[in-house]
Amino acid sequence: MSLQTSPQIISHPDDEAKVKRIWKAFWVLLILTILELGCGLLIYQLDKGDPSHMLILFIKGVIVVFTIFKAFYIISIFMHLGDEIRSMILTVAIPMTLFIWFIIAFLADGASFRNNRNTDAGSRKYEEVHIRHQPLNIPPGTKKVTKGHLD
Amino acid sequence: METAVVQSRQKLWSGGRSPYKVSYGKLMMWFFLMSDSFTFGAFLISYGTIRMSSNYWVDHNYVFNSFPGIEANAPLAFVSLMTFILIFSSVTMVLAVHQGHKMNKAGVEKWLFLTILGGLAFLGCQAIEWTHLLTHEHAVLVNGNIEYWATTTSHNPWGPRVLHDGMLINTPGPVAFGGYFFGITGFHGFHVTIGVILNIIILIQTRMGVFQKRGHYEMIEKVGLYWHFVDLVWVFVFLCFYLI
Repeated sequence: MSLQTSPQIISHPDDEAKVKRIWKAFWVLLILTILELGCGLLIYQLDKGDPSHMLILFIKGVIVVFTIFKAFYIISIFMHLGDEIRSMILTVAIPMTLFIWFIIAFLADGASFRNNRNTDAGSRKYEEVHIRHQPLNIPPGTKKVTKGHLD
Repeated sequence: METAVVQSRQKLWSGGRSPYKVSYGKLMMWFFLMSDSFTFGAFLISYGTIRMSSNYWVDHNYVFNSFPGIEANAPLAFVSLMTFILIFSSVTMVLAVHQGHKMNKAGVEKWLFLTILGGLAFLGCQAIEWTHLLTHEHAVLVNGNIEYWATTTSHNPWGPRVLHDGMLINTPGPVAFGGYFFGITGFHGFHVTIGVILNIIILIQTRMGVFQKRGHYEMIEKVGLYWHFVDLVWVFVFLCFYLI
């Protein structure tokens, strides 16, 4: 119906290529999200045992890398920033580099605060206790508490 | 050679045309989105700071482990559905923008409608998730007594589990978790709501033929930029609250 009201539909020869590129970006985003979920569930499974802290940190790092790729795809293809001229791209990208400093500074601040609190500003030693969500050795016969099941 | 550079610079910046080859409205949308990304960035980084400063943090796989209508333990499942919905609505939005370039009114209407549906589905999921967290109470051991707490901005039942009378029971967790979770996902949900409203407005305008008369569909592009930004923010909210 609206085809009649818009006779000037322009058909570019590269039209199909553009649509293809959009769907390709969608599949990339979908696959990256599924990989992230896989990593998240892997952490969940590993946490049931007693995994090394470094291994968990490494998997989380991989998830962060996937996220950065996702952000790049959304910005460059969905938001078409990749199609703008260079000075426009730089105008957006350069202020964003502040985030590098922002993240490092504030996470370090948090870590330092924790250390100061744990050691009373360095005046005593702190024995790192890895607090787990579930105690390691659950004695047999232990019941999980759910509402209404408590006596 | 130097004079040639100066001349071309002058041509680019001496007025009469956009040096960025984008319209005023699109450029301002980009600048608004940049400022908004710093707002969200500040929220998420402050969450990161508090999390780094705590010896114990909530295990998200235990907090977000339910799926509406299913009893089983399903970590990450519901939020994955929300993520897929938002990614898909981002694709339908970019296809609407594409149809706008082609001046295809029917195409713009179709894809915009699907985008609005996606946005509403996402908001519905978020409402379900919030209701679940705010109303489901969990047993918590507080000063030797057992209390029942929901996850709110003042109560956090997701502390480390301890053995009490032969039963595994949670202790109070870091209070900041609720405030950050509801604050940040709420602020994002507010953005999605605004995006849905903007999409409805431009869908009505498209139907009325406003853009066809104007000769271009740039308004779809501008709202599209905002919508993709909302998707982009969710990518990072998803990372910070549900994955790491």
